[in-house]
Amino acid sequence: MRSLACLMLFAGAICGQQQGPPGPPDPAAAKLQMAHVQGNVYVLIGDGGNISVQVGKDGIMLVDTGFAQLAPLAMAEIRKLSDGPIRWIVDTHVHTDHVGGNAAFSKLGMTRTSIGAPRIVAQSNVLNRMTGPQPDHQPKIPEAEWPNDEYFSPFKDFFMNGEAIKVYHIPNAHTDGDSIVYFRRSDVLATGDIFTPDHYPIIDLERGGSVQGLIAGLNRILEITVPTKYEEGGTLVIPGHGRLCDEADVVEYRNMVTIIRDRIQDAIHRGLTLAQVQEAGLTTDYDTQYGATTGFWTTSQFVEAVYQSLSEKKK
Amino acid sequence: MRNLRPCQSAGFSLLLAALLAAPVLAQVDFTGEWSPLYHEDGPERLPGPELGDYTELPINPAARMAGDTYDADRISVVTEYQCRPHGADYSMRGLGNLRIWREIDQTSQKLIAFHTHMLAWDSERTIWMDGRPHPPDYAEHTWQGFSTGEWDGNMLTITTTHLKTNYMRRNGIPRSDKAIFTEHWMRHADYLTVVTVIDDPVYLTEPLVRSDNWSLDPGQNIGVFGCEYAHEVPKPEGTVPSHLPGKNPFLHEFADWYGLPYEATRGGAETLYPEYQEKIKNEYHPPDHCTRYCKCTSLFDCMVDSK
Repeated sequence: MRSLACLMLFAGAICGQQQGPPGPPDPAAAKLQMAHVQGNVYVLIGDGGNISVQVGKDGIMLVDTGFAQLAPLAMAEIRKLSDGPIRWIVDTHVHTDHVGGNAAFSKLGMTRTSIGAPRIVAQSNVLNRMTGPQPDHQPKIPEAEWPNDEYFSPFKDFFMNGEAIKVYHIPNAHTDGDSIVYFRRSDVLATGDIFTPDHYPIIDLERGGSVQGLIAGLNRILEITVPTKYEEGGTLVIPGHGRLCDEADVVEYRNMVTIIRDRIQDAIHRGLTLAQVQEAGLTTDYDTQYGATTGFWTTSQFVEAVYQSLSEKKK
Repeated sequence: MRNLRPCQSAGFSLLLAALLAAPVLAQVDFTGEWSPLYHEDGPERLPGPELGDYTELPINPAARMAGDTYDADRISVVTEYQCRPHGADYSMRGLGNLRIWREIDQTSQKLIAFHTHMLAWDSERTIWMDGRPHPPDYAEHTWQGFSTGEWDGNMLTITTTHLKTNYMRRNGIPRSDKAIFTEHWMRHADYLTVVTVIDDPVYLTEPLVRSDNWSLDPGQNIGVFGCEYAHEVPKPEGTVPSHLPGKNPFLHEFADWYGLPYEATRGGAETLYPEYQEKIKNEYHPPDHCTRYCKCTSLFDCMVDSK
């Protein structure tokens, strides 16, 4: 069964115990919907990872590029907002449902006013992962898809379309190369897969993810977000997958991950094995909201990732 | 009274027809200041529910575990919870001093929306009456959600979607952001009755049906609620208070205080129906005299009662 699932995964997606994204959909059947978030920022929501789109007089900036196969469809939607060039792309992490369109958008986003190819920003571990050997004998990732503007400091910033863009590295969370991107004037935060309100978080241990880093990342998001009156609106949050959110939605998610971490930590302290923890129903209260028994990221896999992550820390 | 000429008669008929037709657009006017009546479920709605009281809730095991592991410290330690308002569904239960007003289109005189303002957290809601669709799934969710109304005779039926995750009962029983909230508003002279139905595929096995009542109170002046969070308890950043599964020491208190069999306090669809009373009749041993919330129909009464 796993082999079948692996065959269905897009080249570059991982297929071990710590899973990457599901494979790309058929472009003819794919659905992408553009929604205005606030200020200069829009989001393309649908198949693949969410793509944040900032438009203005300077051109276009993207956070993540989705699957390569969906880039023409996504570009058609983006062109409804702007005929300017794509000048900046930020990759939030290495998975192909978020960076697969890097090369395609570099070409599709060129216009007569382009000054060379877009800058593709990513934390340096993203570049290291993309240039290094791929897991499960997956083919090498072509150079055109690599970031060309990597950073290794805690953050990077630049100015685009009249607002400051802050890119923060979140260490060892979903992967070891996660970035979150804050559009300061628009007051919008794109989180990548550190925050995925439609399912349990994927903790890619093979690529340096950890549950403690994930919780730290969610708490970092909560430091940046400021709601308006009564815990609503204000800073809007674009998750890696799923609907548009704000701080209150992140709080629920952070609470869930923290509470489950505490339970599994306690079980490890009591000497329970992974199988015993998976049988103990420690996530029952959240399974109907975030869990899955089939698909690319099941509840059982999530529990295993948390267990392994905490066990590794103890060593 | 002089006789009407034919043309006057025709004009009068048209006017009469227009007047008679108008109520089709808005059969009942709910406009006004409404004061909540707490004769139903007073202890739950005013001072707050007892820990471990899941009675009357058709909850599933997920909701039950959420309640069992809930630590009430959470609402002060998690600072983002300190100013978290009731959702649209719980607003109808809580400190529910209510103002309702109408938005009428000047040109067509059609009803565009009802608006509500409630004391608790200054919550305001718009109930669209102009037939607009609900937003797509990917749209942001809010505490008050997105509401549309339809007339069913003189009853207004309201459907609310796009709610944020909130509570079904303030002792840790959650209500998810996938829930659909339906209301039936009925006005009888100076009384407003609202029957509410929550369908929640995440935490309920059956719809949760409740009712609430208000009386018209033209002299009511709703003040400003106001809220600002503060760090109240020193804890490491990111702490989320929660009891470990099976370790909550307070779950039996409610059953013990009221002489109920513990099983009956655990909620679930079975406990909602009259047949369940027969099932537990030999295990129900009420106290000799009332000791808690014996007269609890106003906030003041309830606070005195709890001492």
